[in-house]
Amino acid sequence: MIGLYFPGTSLIHRMRPGWKLAVLALTVGFAFTLHRPWQVGAALLGLIALFAVARIPWRIGLAQLRPLLWVVPFIVIFQLIFATWEVALTSTGILLFNVGLASLLTLTTTVTDILNVCQALLRPFHRFGLDPDRVGLMLALTIRCIPLVAGIVTDVTQARKARGVTGIRGSTLALAAPAVIRALRTADALGEALRARGVDD
Amino acid sequence: MIRFDGVGHAFGPRIVLEGINLTLSEHRIGVVGANGSGKSTLARMINGLVEPSTGTVTFDGLDVSRHGRVVRRQVGFIFTDPDTQIVMPTVREDIAFTLRREKLPAPVAARRITDIIDRFGLGEHADHPAHLLSGGQKQLLALASVMVAEPAVLIADEPTTLLDARNAAMIGRLLSTLEQQVIVVTHQLELVESFDRVLVIDNGRVVADDLPRPALEHYRALLA
Repeated sequence: MIGLYFPGTSLIHRMRPGWKLAVLALTVGFAFTLHRPWQVGAALLGLIALFAVARIPWRIGLAQLRPLLWVVPFIVIFQLIFATWEVALTSTGILLFNVGLASLLTLTTTVTDILNVCQALLRPFHRFGLDPDRVGLMLALTIRCIPLVAGIVTDVTQARKARGVTGIRGSTLALAAPAVIRALRTADALGEALRARGVDD
Repeated sequence: MIRFDGVGHAFGPRIVLEGINLTLSEHRIGVVGANGSGKSTLARMINGLVEPSTGTVTFDGLDVSRHGRVVRRQVGFIFTDPDTQIVMPTVREDIAFTLRREKLPAPVAARRITDIIDRFGLGEHADHPAHLLSGGQKQLLALASVMVAEPAVLIADEPTTLLDARNAAMIGRLLSTLEQQVIVVTHQLELVESFDRVLVIDNGRVVADDLPRPALEHYRALLA
């Protein structure tokens, strides 16, 4: 979500975000009904075709699956020990398929469009006191804060290194305290900037 | 027109501003002063981000403390650190975020967004992640995100402090070409040398209010 969007004009890019989310939900549900390796193989081939239709470079497509590299070996080993190679193959394939499909959504849909859909879906709950705009803003800020906080932690870590503290030497508190203080200051500044931009008026 | 009538401000026992009486009507106004002199607080009072402890600040006759919402639609503000102003993941989305409150028809909003992206030279970055832009590009984005709302006044609080000389000059040039009334708080004196008026703030008081040359001479003398 953090700037994953890959600009384009393909059929999938132009599809309505609400439809994309609905198709994603249905297809993910359908994927769990697949039990044969050939079925999962066909689904993965279909997914590759969708990436091709969206004209997503294969490097960017594969990069979305990189976080799974830590999980997949455990799943495969676990399934091989407690089930069969077929189960190991299908469950891993379904996981890759679902993550790939979700990535295709974020690569071809802007965060604004996803937030608009979320806000539209939450609109009926307005009568119960839920403010969809506020929820949308909260989601946007959550997404925005990930690179901000990551930047703060990097700065604090580098400041520690510059002062000769490396690795896990030095207390966790010495890393956490300045990071939390800077994060709180950043949150204050962000709040002030939002007010200046007329949010929450 | 912006007016300060007997304005003072204190954070607890610490007096930040006192006895401020000003009428700000010039096209380009610079505000200079040492760290902690109160210049940023003065700037924040213009659109109600900080409320005066005493006196009143008015914008076009509206008391900013009571009509902050209306005033903020007319008075844009950019901060020193653009990272804290950027809310959405891409350049285009962040600019569009400002227009959400305007409830404009989609084609009108889209045209305004495209126009401002082109005007600020952000075209090739329009769909790029905002957090990966350079410091200068981020400040450009912050400025574009404010200007898309077409405010009557722009206040910039040390907008070039975090930038290198080239980017600082670029932002300075841009600020000087805006049609809007521009109030710039800065430590970079060359930024306000061509302005219409410069205020020097020291210890919470306006100690010089003049054309740039005499005002900046007064400030340099204070620093000496």
